[in-house]
Amino acid sequence: MIRFQNITKIYPPNCLTLDDVSFEIEEKEFVSIVGKSGAGKTTLLKLLLVEEKPTKGRIFFKDQDINKIKRSKLPYLRRKIGAVFQDYKLFPTKTVYENVAYVLQVIGASDKEIVHDVPEVLEIVGLADKKDNFPCQLSGGECQRVAIARALIHRPDVILADEPTGNLDPYNTAEILRLLLNINDLGTTIILATHNKEIVNSLKKRVITLEDGKIVRDEEKGRFIL
Amino acid sequence: MFTLLKRIITAGLLAFKRQGGLTLATVFVLIMTVSLATCLYTFHYLTQFVISQIQEKVDISVYFKRDASEEEILKIKDEIAKFPEIKEVRYIPHEKGIEDLLKKHPELKESVEETKDILNLASLNIKAVQSFQYAAISQFLEKEPFKEFIEKVDYYERKPIIEKVFSLTGKINQTGFILSLVLAAVAFLLTFNQIKIAIFNLKEEIAIQRLVGASNWFIRGPFLIQGMISGILASLISLFIFSFLFYFLSPKLVDLLSGFDLFAFFKKNFYPIFIIQLLTGMGLAIFSSLVAIRKYLKI
Repeated sequence: MIRFQNITKIYPPNCLTLDDVSFEIEEKEFVSIVGKSGAGKTTLLKLLLVEEKPTKGRIFFKDQDINKIKRSKLPYLRRKIGAVFQDYKLFPTKTVYENVAYVLQVIGASDKEIVHDVPEVLEIVGLADKKDNFPCQLSGGECQRVAIARALIHRPDVILADEPTGNLDPYNTAEILRLLLNINDLGTTIILATHNKEIVNSLKKRVITLEDGKIVRDEEKGRFIL
Repeated sequence: MFTLLKRIITAGLLAFKRQGGLTLATVFVLIMTVSLATCLYTFHYLTQFVISQIQEKVDISVYFKRDASEEEILKIKDEIAKFPEIKEVRYIPHEKGIEDLLKKHPELKESVEETKDILNLASLNIKAVQSFQYAAISQFLEKEPFKEFIEKVDYYERKPIIEKVFSLTGKINQTGFILSLVLAAVAFLLTFNQIKIAIFNLKEEIAIQRLVGASNWFIRGPFLIQGMISGILASLISLFIFSFLFYFLSPKLVDLLSGFDLFAFFKKNFYPIFIIQLLTGMGLAIFSSLVAIRKYLKI
């Protein structure tokens, strides 16, 4: 489903972040991308969201070269991808309900669907009773659960999770992980970028290890080894 | 399409309500801009009024020979009045001419009494549409068939003052125009910067909207709605401020402004003023939003 083909990314003036990286991810896979800070994990995800463009190489999403997509057509690609960020990236002036409903509004879902789906997803992430709260009234764990709800509400093909547990305590970390696994069980591909050893080792799923912008390990049922 | 429009309008209204501080600052700046536009419009009318008042005082007089009869003078008057360059021709009979002369120079009473039967003080008072036309009118009157009846056209005596008055009014017009341009630029920059700051504060939010797959119009739309609401609100507030100001200041300023009644002007031009305010407020807010948001949509 996703194919990185000889990807190199150099940030100006000459910061080599990814160096000739190639790998493929199949549908319904759960892949962890691990590495030290600055190894290039976030850049990989940014490239897939076309937030950044590679210096060299090509990226395919469902056989489509995503860097050849016109800027005006990018929203259509992004609607197939759900994203969860370490800093949540919630809309501060929207309530929990509105944050989640926004994505459905964007894809043109009907009001009936929105009224039906949003409470259901908020129920799944355990935030049904906080639907009218604003992000500033929530804890870090709750904010991240809203972000997950927003990422999965429109049933995307893939969810990118960039250090989703980076700001959370162990209890909330386990909760978020459980949610991601459940989503994966339902058939959504998950790409998790993290440097949390315990999480990766407990998952027993595919692990791609990055070091200085290069893939040094790519193992099915891998472990966090640096 | 209707659902999309409804969502954009709802999002715009909600953002207007929730971003209280930013909205208030934007409306405040827009009130200043709209007020400036209203002042420029009023100033334009005021200068035109003053200019026309000054120009109204400029004219030339045509004096006739002793033997020219009133009938002949009136015939010439009708002839002259047909020309499009002539704004107004007024006949001043001999008696009125004497009366005017004595009013102006009472010391000449004796000489006038002695000579009134041998002088012809009947004249035609001519006002031209444009100042430069006086020379041509004067030359035209000094030719046949008018020549034999006309004693004198006082254009050459009045030429320096006529030219001075028209050059002054020209300068007033020019200064008004330059001043308007400068103030309009200031107003535009003021609004644009305020909206730029407001949008800069929301750049993170715009980036998230792009990343979750919102189209550019879905992002821009609510900003345009906010701009429209701010513009309408600013126009209404400015309208209220100006009606209040003009109502109370008009009687006090009417003498100072050569008889220009501000409140009467406001009442007479209520709809044009309101439309100018609406167009300025909404137009600037929408244009500034469109330009300011552009670079944040490049994600």
